[in-house]
Amino acid sequence: MSGPAELVLLLVVLASFLVLGTARLSTGVRAVAFQGVLLGLVPLLLFPTWSWHRAALAAGTMAIKGVIVPRFLLWAIREAAVRREMEPRLGYVPSLLLGTVVLAVAFALAGRWPVPEGGGTLLVPVAVATVVHGLLVLTASRKAVTQVVGYIMMENGIYLFGLTQAERVPFLVELGVLLDVFVGVFIMGIVVFHINREFDSIKASRLVEGAE
Amino acid sequence: MSWSPLVAFGVTLLVAPALPGVATRTRSFLTGRRGPPVLQLYYEIAKLLRKRAVYSATTTWVFRAGPIVGLAAAVLSACLLPLDGRGALAGFPGDFVLFAGLLALGRFGLILAALDTGSSFEGMGASREAMVGAFAEAGLFLSFTALVMATGQPALTGMLGAPLAAGWSASLPALVMIGVSLFVLLLAEASRVPVDDPATHLELTMIHEVAVLDQSGPDLALVLYGSALRFTLLAALTALVLAPRGALAAPAALVALPMGLLVIAAVVGVVEATMARLRLNRVPQLLVATSALAAFAMILVLARS
Repeated sequence: MSGPAELVLLLVVLASFLVLGTARLSTGVRAVAFQGVLLGLVPLLLFPTWSWHRAALAAGTMAIKGVIVPRFLLWAIREAAVRREMEPRLGYVPSLLLGTVVLAVAFALAGRWPVPEGGGTLLVPVAVATVVHGLLVLTASRKAVTQVVGYIMMENGIYLFGLTQAERVPFLVELGVLLDVFVGVFIMGIVVFHINREFDSIKASRLVEGAE
Repeated sequence: MSWSPLVAFGVTLLVAPALPGVATRTRSFLTGRRGPPVLQLYYEIAKLLRKRAVYSATTTWVFRAGPIVGLAAAVLSACLLPLDGRGALAGFPGDFVLFAGLLALGRFGLILAALDTGSSFEGMGASREAMVGAFAEAGLFLSFTALVMATGQPALTGMLGAPLAAGWSASLPALVMIGVSLFVLLLAEASRVPVDDPATHLELTMIHEVAVLDQSGPDLALVLYGSALRFTLLAALTALVLAPRGALAAPAALVALPMGLLVIAAVVGVVEATMARLRLNRVPQLLVATSALAAFAMILVLARS
């Protein structure tokens, strides 16, 4: 595997760690944006032969994941007056430790994955680790905005996983970009309903209590 | 035994007090001030050595032993590092455990001395110092483990010397990560800005400074020199990982030693000028993140082998 692609994949993992460990919401969003830009670079570096299709894919990924969605998210944070802290339910230190364990397990199991090696040794473990890191942020977060951040990270991992298959299933990655539309809907929901805290207080049982 | 490790050892002991000065000077320059002279710490140590120590009536020999233990541990750990990039004064397989142990022993001596005074402020400082040390140790050991696995050498001389220089470019990303985590550990060990602020003078917020509040005269000189030496040792360690000098000729490697140290001290100054100090309960978070980085480097090295 070529050196630069490997470096970019390592930076993807470091960006996930930044999201897991930072206390600042805007840093988390910027880290995810940085991850998005890196993801745009990966297909270009993995398959060095030039093709318009691949270049357009890279440009689209960078624009959507690196600029538009994060901008939208930062705007939503301002608009819905979300408290500017990540506040994971786990705490920062346990999520960092758990993230490291996840990374180790992903690397340990990478060899056993029945995946045709699309691009080198690092792509599969980094993809798996990014998906699980995203899941970690998603499940541990107390507020809607961080859940969106976790969802974007998960989706980034799925995109990387798609790249291992990119040569066989041509439009898999493009379909992955469509998931971003879903993210957009999430963020609109936050803005429209001013969800600045968690979802889980909206329980049906409480509605019953209110009715009595 | 060749002369070059001995010269490197001497140079390190000699330039140690200049490094905090360089860091502070860089920070002052970047924040638009002049700052104290680079050699300020030499003047302070010279002044303190001419004074008499004052001991509180509540203290025992533990308090007096603290600074001596701290300095002796730092000097002994300097013997273990291959400061000239190829050989150390002493070394054996697994000596990195002794290196980490000596760093911890020095800290332990100062913590006991602080507790011995019975002052509540110093007890607070001691507990904070113990917390920083405990979290920093995990990162240090993970970094060493990654280096051992990257080079296959169980001794500091091997893992930081010529074998590291030979395999350097092959595992560059992992080594850069180890270097960065060692740099953050340096900030923690030397009580510099994101972890502790050497310029602060409010007991409630200090870590290292408050633990040595009762030291005076020659004892304080020993404490100041000892912490400057710890700064220098970790800077040397970071420099060795980021730019191994094992392949250089002996004179060039010796000249590169103080230059590398000064560059790292200047980078510390840049970090201090650009960052605010972390809140105390964020410090473990930073150090755990550092350990995670070192662990990531270790995983990378493992995945490659």
